[in-house]
Amino acid sequence: MNNILNIIKSKNLTFEQKVISLSKEAENSINVLKISEKTKDYLNRGIICDLFEGNAPFRPRYIVPDYEKFMKEGSIFLGLEPATNIWEATNNLLILYKHVPSITTMPVYLGNIDYLLNPFITDVKEAKLAIKLFLKHIDATITDSFCHANIGPKETEAGKIILEIMKELELPTPNLTIKYNDETSDEFSIKAIETALVTAKPSFANEKMFREDFKGEFGIVSCYNGLKVGGGASTLVRIRFGKLAHEAKNINDFFDRVLPDVTKELLAYIDERSRFLIEESGFYESSFLIHENLIDKNKFTGLAGLVGIAEGVNYLLSLEDKKDKFGHSKVANDLGLKIVSEFHNLINNHISKYVGSFFNGKYLLHAQVGIDTDRNESPGCRIPVGEEPEIFDHIIQSAPFHKYFPSGIGDIFVFDETYKNNPQAILDIIKGGFKDNLRYFSLYSSECDVVRVTGYLVKKSEIVKLEKGEAVLRDTEVLGKGARDNGKALERRLRK
Amino acid sequence: MEVLVNKIIKFSNVDGPGNRMAIFLQGCNLNCKYCHNPETINFCNNCGKCIEKCPTNSLSFLEGKVIWDNIKCINCDNCIKICSNSSSPKIVKYTIDSLFEEVLKVKNFIRGITFSGGECTLNFKFIAKFFSKIKRELPNLTCFVDTNGYVDFSKEEYSEFLKNTDFFMLDIKSYTASEHISLTSKNNISILKNLELLIKMDKLYEVRTVVIENFLNNEKTIEEVSNIIKYKKVKYKLIKFRNIGVKNSELKYIKSPDDKYMESLKIIAKNIGVKDVFVI
Repeated sequence: MNNILNIIKSKNLTFEQKVISLSKEAENSINVLKISEKTKDYLNRGIICDLFEGNAPFRPRYIVPDYEKFMKEGSIFLGLEPATNIWEATNNLLILYKHVPSITTMPVYLGNIDYLLNPFITDVKEAKLAIKLFLKHIDATITDSFCHANIGPKETEAGKIILEIMKELELPTPNLTIKYNDETSDEFSIKAIETALVTAKPSFANEKMFREDFKGEFGIVSCYNGLKVGGGASTLVRIRFGKLAHEAKNINDFFDRVLPDVTKELLAYIDERSRFLIEESGFYESSFLIHENLIDKNKFTGLAGLVGIAEGVNYLLSLEDKKDKFGHSKVANDLGLKIVSEFHNLINNHISKYVGSFFNGKYLLHAQVGIDTDRNESPGCRIPVGEEPEIFDHIIQSAPFHKYFPSGIGDIFVFDETYKNNPQAILDIIKGGFKDNLRYFSLYSSECDVVRVTGYLVKKSEIVKLEKGEAVLRDTEVLGKGARDNGKALERRLRK
Repeated sequence: MEVLVNKIIKFSNVDGPGNRMAIFLQGCNLNCKYCHNPETINFCNNCGKCIEKCPTNSLSFLEGKVIWDNIKCINCDNCIKICSNSSSPKIVKYTIDSLFEEVLKVKNFIRGITFSGGECTLNFKFIAKFFSKIKRELPNLTCFVDTNGYVDFSKEEYSEFLKNTDFFMLDIKSYTASEHISLTSKNNISILKNLELLIKMDKLYEVRTVVIENFLNNEKTIEEVSNIIKYKKVKYKLIKFRNIGVKNSELKYIKSPDDKYMESLKIIAKNIGVKDVFVI
């Protein structure tokens, strides 16, 4: 009860943030999930972590509506006819966004917004104004930068306008990914890189790799999670490998006993969270998104996440008196790959009845980027900040991990200002990385105010406000401050 | 055929278009007062003074020669800082094939290769052969040379080298002969001749001029160069002097020119008609 009053009386939460926090308190006041004692123990010790999803899941964590369908058909529930011009198109989307829930309560996916808007562009000047207002509206009302829009792979007028305006506005929301493949023109890619060097977005997704994994349409959602369009993810539960490694007596013990044991509990917990959502919460019965076929239960899965591979590997090697460090030695990198490959096998061999038919009962792996309170756990399979090798060695080291994570993995590179004179250089690096099966590539420059913390974006100037005790618009700025203080997230190696 | 390499930068964004492997060869034929990597000028004379200054014991004598252990080395550059011979003990010998191996590692990530230095044209025969191999086996890569232009490219012996090099980046340190001699200890006759020759051959990608305020007649050099290159698609890069690494006593305390001054020089070049002028 004390916590509820603290939320109500808070001087640095906005009204909206208070309402969300209060609803979380209500949800967490009940215990309805059937969780084994063993899982509870792992949860209490922070080895398994559900990212504070709440005690009674009543909406899927990530929802990826089929916005193409919505644009063609409108919505009966919302009383919307299909749009006939750019103003109706942006207005229809903005209305729908307010009704797409997710774990943050706000939408984490906004669609391939260039393809959605391009058919309505008749006059470029008018389209620029409409898109500018559209993006400004999103930033000021979806106050959480886990909200993600996609563009590409093909260059369109709308895509170019979106990049131009994002570069001008320098706002954190929405996050943006360009789906890149052989059809993406160099000109469009360079425009994307020039935008990212100013405002830390878009990131580049390897379209071919995602398309193969999702057998067609996919969306990049939240931080960088690949999911099926018209579907989503019920839940995401992660294992903290930095902590888990401490359970092992030696490397063999880790593989023979520790990893299978925790993974079994993790899977049971993902099953149980999904079960409650699907069978009891009423979401799939009540949501108009289902009734209007904007989402399909069969295209939902669950995500098994991991963090702290670097710390886990380094600890396991230290048990055998080896000084090899993850990111800098073949022995350590190979051990990291072996852990991920074993974890992947364990997840892949589990068939859940709470996964839609599209995924044949299988959960997907996600290299989780960490949360603000994490310590001694680097995001996913990343090399710890401060220990990054040269960019070439960095890419070669990380690429082999990417195939295991259809639902998201990626590194962030900070480039020196000089790259603004030669953005082609970054495109060359991305092309090389994607040839080596890198899945996802994020960048920003040393001078950006908007920066990528771990997956989401924040404005550094807003963190300064927060430090002065002022309320800030976006909850992600609070998370960004934590990640900066606890995870050195803003001290990445500068690439000169 | 072998070449002595001071350093290889796998990914460089300032040595020509796109991402490039930049190969810095040892040895130089000028002696510029503002040289900020003087360790590339001379060849190691095996005096061994650096050995005792190495904190990780990465340097040692073997049969009278200084040997470098690149695994133990932490690149603190103490050895370079104390070298009184403008050299480095960390120079590596490469053959055509061993250097090609280095390119193969990064070939997917780069748009081309740039030889720099020191002064790489002192090894023009090696470069001509190396570029010929690149053109045969990795034809997607472009071949660039970054040069001070002091050797006379119009001589017959350079024809193969010119043919195999796609583009050059040329330093014009000063247009005025006396100033050039005072700055570099050599005259600029062949350099200006090479400027005209490379323009005629359509092989000039970029001209660079280092700007030192109140020390060089920057305006004069920039005006003259701009008048020569303005009809062609040649970039003009104006580089702010920086005293980092500079050992010369006249220059090591001189400050970098400010943005306002650099902008005024950029406008001179633009007004003359050079389209692509940028300041770094």
